[in-house]
Amino acid sequence: MKRFFDSELELFRSKLILMGESSVRQVRDAMKALVEGDVALAQRVVAADDEVDRLEIEIDEEAVRYMTLRSPVATELRLVIVGMKASHDLERVGDEATNIAKRVVRLAAEPPLKPYVDLPRMAGIALEMLRDALDCFLDGDEEKALAVCRRDAEVDAINRQLYRELSSFMVEKPVTISRALELMFISKSIERIADHATNIAEEMVYLSRGKDIRHSDEVKRHGTSGESGASEPRR
Amino acid sequence: MPSPLLPSSLGSAEGRNPPVVRRPVIEIADLDFHYGTSQALHDISLSIAEKEVTAFIGPSGCGKSTLLRCLNRMNDLIDGARISRGAIRIRGVDIHQRDVEVMELRKRVGMVFQKSNPFPKSIYENVVYGLRLQGVRDKTRLDEAVETSLRGAALWDEVKDRLHASGLSLSGGQQQRLCIARTIAIEPEVILMDEPCSALDPIATAKVEELIHQLKLRYTIVIVTHNMQQAARCSDRTAFFYLGKLIEFAPTKDIFMTPSNPQTEAYVSGRFG
Ligand SMILES: Nc1ncnc2c1ncn2[C@@H]1O[C@H](COP(=O)(O)OP(=O)(O)O)[C@@H](O)[C@H]1O
Ligand SMILES: [Mg+2]
Repeated sequence: MKRFFDSELELFRSKLILMGESSVRQVRDAMKALVEGDVALAQRVVAADDEVDRLEIEIDEEAVRYMTLRSPVATELRLVIVGMKASHDLERVGDEATNIAKRVVRLAAEPPLKPYVDLPRMAGIALEMLRDALDCFLDGDEEKALAVCRRDAEVDAINRQLYRELSSFMVEKPVTISRALELMFISKSIERIADHATNIAEEMVYLSRGKDIRHSDEVKRHGTSGESGASEPRR
Repeated sequence: MPSPLLPSSLGSAEGRNPPVVRRPVIEIADLDFHYGTSQALHDISLSIAEKEVTAFIGPSGCGKSTLLRCLNRMNDLIDGARISRGAIRIRGVDIHQRDVEVMELRKRVGMVFQKSNPFPKSIYENVVYGLRLQGVRDKTRLDEAVETSLRGAALWDEVKDRLHASGLSLSGGQQQRLCIARTIAIEPEVILMDEPCSALDPIATAKVEELIHQLKLRYTIVIVTHNMQQAARCSDRTAFFYLGKLIEFAPTKDIFMTPSNPQTEAYVSGRFG
């Protein structure tokens, strides 16, 4: 039986999808701005962050209202909780895109330190993870979600490799320090975006299974090495 | 920027009673009500907005039904029951004035009771009962009223092939919707419902709630319910009563998300009542 408030849930779901699309676009544009040295595009990314923030607030308000007035249970309750968590992750993805864009503006003042190959590759993986995580939300494909969780290690590995490479630049040529640091932070931002994609994927599995897979063997995703100075424990 | 989780009204909760009701159909002003010497309602003031659902909630005995019955003068039938102060105005007219025609009033303000009470007659006759009382004889007009009202009560598809079966042969939920059809057949302006779902199972309840949602496009609805989730789901505004007093009256969202009165909060959280 259809209920008069089912449309509210549909609206909630579509807001979340919209927010997902906005944050994916923000990351993609920030990376495009980096590769093409497009300062204007980077500035647009910074300006558009409000949109993602606003969606997060709307989603939270809608979730609280729905939980209070509609007393959801089972899958519906999980959807609302997962929606709130995912929107928080997406908001952080948006913040990372903004961070990258701000660094692109600063980097544009100097010639590129090296051709940008690894960063776009890493961002490509992170974006794919993010898109797959959001897709699971539409089609409930658990396998895809688990695959996202497993790919997190790839991004971590590139991040560590870049860290080593950029460290050696700095040691050899101190004049590159400021640019190398900006790139290290960009790398770190991308690594974080992949973490958020992983969180979202885990939340989607919780949505479909009702079982929390965080910190379980199924999604072992962190390398054991402690060598990466740029890697912090996830929240 | 306000905190995303809390509506901006929280900080100024004290200042939001009573809410501004645009185009009120019913205005209750400073109402005291007595059964003999015992006072059942104390100084009630509240407005019922047009084409909205207003819910009355509160523990049993707090006076919800008493107030509801005041709205179409059903209390006139009770010995010693009287309004001792204040007034109720519908579209500006004091309904307790001498020259108000009570039958006319009850035509405008229909009532659906807690226990569905179909007459031991056919489904058809149940629906047209009020029209027959009004002297309508025209068969075509009665037939039309039956179909429109049963459709309006979301019952038509279930009973269209057995309109002449007894109303009592229907399930509890169907009987309740039949009573709603009977009420809307006389085209009231306001529908009062006193715990219309308390005898129904969850599915039948959901159907009635769905129906309430449709009915409010055309009618002004006041519903008494002891089911808080129902008030939360169905109503636009909620009035919380306790011991014959109106404790808080606000948009339903505020009553359930950020009640301004601690007693309201305790009640909607299920901590008393
Ligand atoms: N017909 C009556 N005669 C005397 N007292 C009544 C009558 N109906 C209700 N009361 C009293 O008035 C108070 C309010 O009752 P009521 O309006 O039925 O409350 P509610 O609908 O909130 O449960 C209660 O104390 C109740 O005992
Ligand atoms: Mg009652």
